[in-house]
Amino acid sequence: MIKKLLNKYPPTKDQLLMILHDIQNNRPDNYVSVSDMKEVADYLNITLSSVYGVVKYYSMFSEEPRGRYIIRLCKSPVCRMKGTFDILNTLEKMLDVEMGETTHDKLFTLETSECLGQCDNAPVMMINEKLYKNIDAYKLSNIIRSIRSNQNQ
Amino acid sequence: MKNAGKINPLSISEYQSAGGFSALKESLKKEPKQIIQTINDSGLRGRGGAGFPTGMKGRFTDEAVCHYCGPKYIICNADEGEPGTFKDRVIMEQDPHLMIEGMLISAFSIGAQKGYIYIRAEYSESIEKVKKALENCYKEGYLGKKLPGTDFSLDLEIRLGAGSYLCGEELTLLESLEGKRGYPRIKPPFPAQKGLFGCPTLINNVETFAHIPYIIEHGPENYRKFGTEKSPGTKIFTISGDVEKPGYYETEMGVTLRELIEDMAGGIEDGEDFQPAVLGGAAGTFVDESVLDTPMGYDTLKEKEAILGSGAIMVLDDSRCLFEMLYDILKFFQHESCGKCVPCRVGTTQLVMMMDQIKSQKNGNREEMLEKMKNEAEYMAANSLCPLGASPILPLASTYKYFKEYF
Repeated sequence: MIKKLLNKYPPTKDQLLMILHDIQNNRPDNYVSVSDMKEVADYLNITLSSVYGVVKYYSMFSEEPRGRYIIRLCKSPVCRMKGTFDILNTLEKMLDVEMGETTHDKLFTLETSECLGQCDNAPVMMINEKLYKNIDAYKLSNIIRSIRSNQNQ
Repeated sequence: MKNAGKINPLSISEYQSAGGFSALKESLKKEPKQIIQTINDSGLRGRGGAGFPTGMKGRFTDEAVCHYCGPKYIICNADEGEPGTFKDRVIMEQDPHLMIEGMLISAFSIGAQKGYIYIRAEYSESIEKVKKALENCYKEGYLGKKLPGTDFSLDLEIRLGAGSYLCGEELTLLESLEGKRGYPRIKPPFPAQKGLFGCPTLINNVETFAHIPYIIEHGPENYRKFGTEKSPGTKIFTISGDVEKPGYYETEMGVTLRELIEDMAGGIEDGEDFQPAVLGGAAGTFVDESVLDTPMGYDTLKEKEAILGSGAIMVLDDSRCLFEMLYDILKFFQHESCGKCVPCRVGTTQLVMMMDQIKSQKNGNREEMLEKMKNEAEYMAANSLCPLGASPILPLASTYKYFKEYF
């Protein structure tokens, strides 16, 4: 899979972030493995350490397996004012995980994010690419339930 | 932003019939130097936060002598991460062609043939819309082909960030575009001399590019009719927090904070009392009622030891705790400090530790501690490489000035 994906990009170092995004988004477990990093390093003719350094630096990349859905809860000052921490508590109970952990069924990973630029709709969160605005406990349980039921179909 | 909500942001024909790309056509008839002069005359200042004159940036890039004759680059900084700010997102979602037209005109004026739009990866809707707008422009021949009557053509590409606040700083953004960790570079050299891949690079904010078509079309004199002498033009203010109608408001520079909060955003939510507002985001300043009637401009606010920054306004009512807000902001800097230079790496952590100390000792002298923190932040600001190390002083000094006794 990875060879085919790499061939879409010209082999120059400035493509590194785009390639890493692509690899991560194409893996159901949402991460970049060390063997992937090796392949990327060979393809771009750079060292493995410089690829690893980039994966570690940027908070959206992970070098460990995560859930299929990454929940990114915004913790910017405005979202905090509007109740991010209540949402975080509710989510932790609902999914039975702590911040940063993945659920047992490998479906969700709970993370927080810096400002998502939606301060007029606070509090907000993202699940993978999709944005959820003005969330509250009621909306939250609906969102999680509908993702779970879609998954079981 | 005259088109916001009026046209379909994804339709290039609607953009054209609303007058889009006529500024580009006009520019192509002019000499590139004339365009830079026009932008210089308009007094447009970079809308990313620092307020550097845009025309000067253009001139420096234009005049840069490239020793090995590499290409010039043009970059749009769409890595909007400043807490409380969402103006660039609004432009990209409502009128992406406007930003591209601004880039085209600027690229023509400095002779760049290749450009990048660096968008943070969290802005999935903006990415989709800009992608579509680029496709439209390629299809219609604005991008990728020589434009009529000239030897000029431009290629634009989207590049994504990956969750680093620091990459919104221009030199760090260049590192990230080159596929490296987001560490700031030493300046000088400035991007205008040695930017992307070591070549002269013009890098501007989304909102700055979006102003350029208007200036070209209507001329600098007409542009200067908006705003104030030193900060001409309009600005998008993003108001959030405890107001009735949070959102984005584009208005003239020189508007007062009172007008913005009371007339536009509908006043404080539930009729509560105004406490402080935070201007400019996390790397911003706390202000009290005494600033409510100051005209918003880069220099007028500076006199009050406040900043305009990116135009973010976070409003707090009197039930909010200033201490907690400051604590959150300092924790944010601790998290986002890249660790390259010591004053910032150690300093951001020490500031959070000092806040913890204040929290634990109930009877300690808070004012004295705040002064200590201010001194520390001043030291950081003087000795750090990039603006992140120079940021904590902004909220700290303004808290010291306006809210010493409430602290």
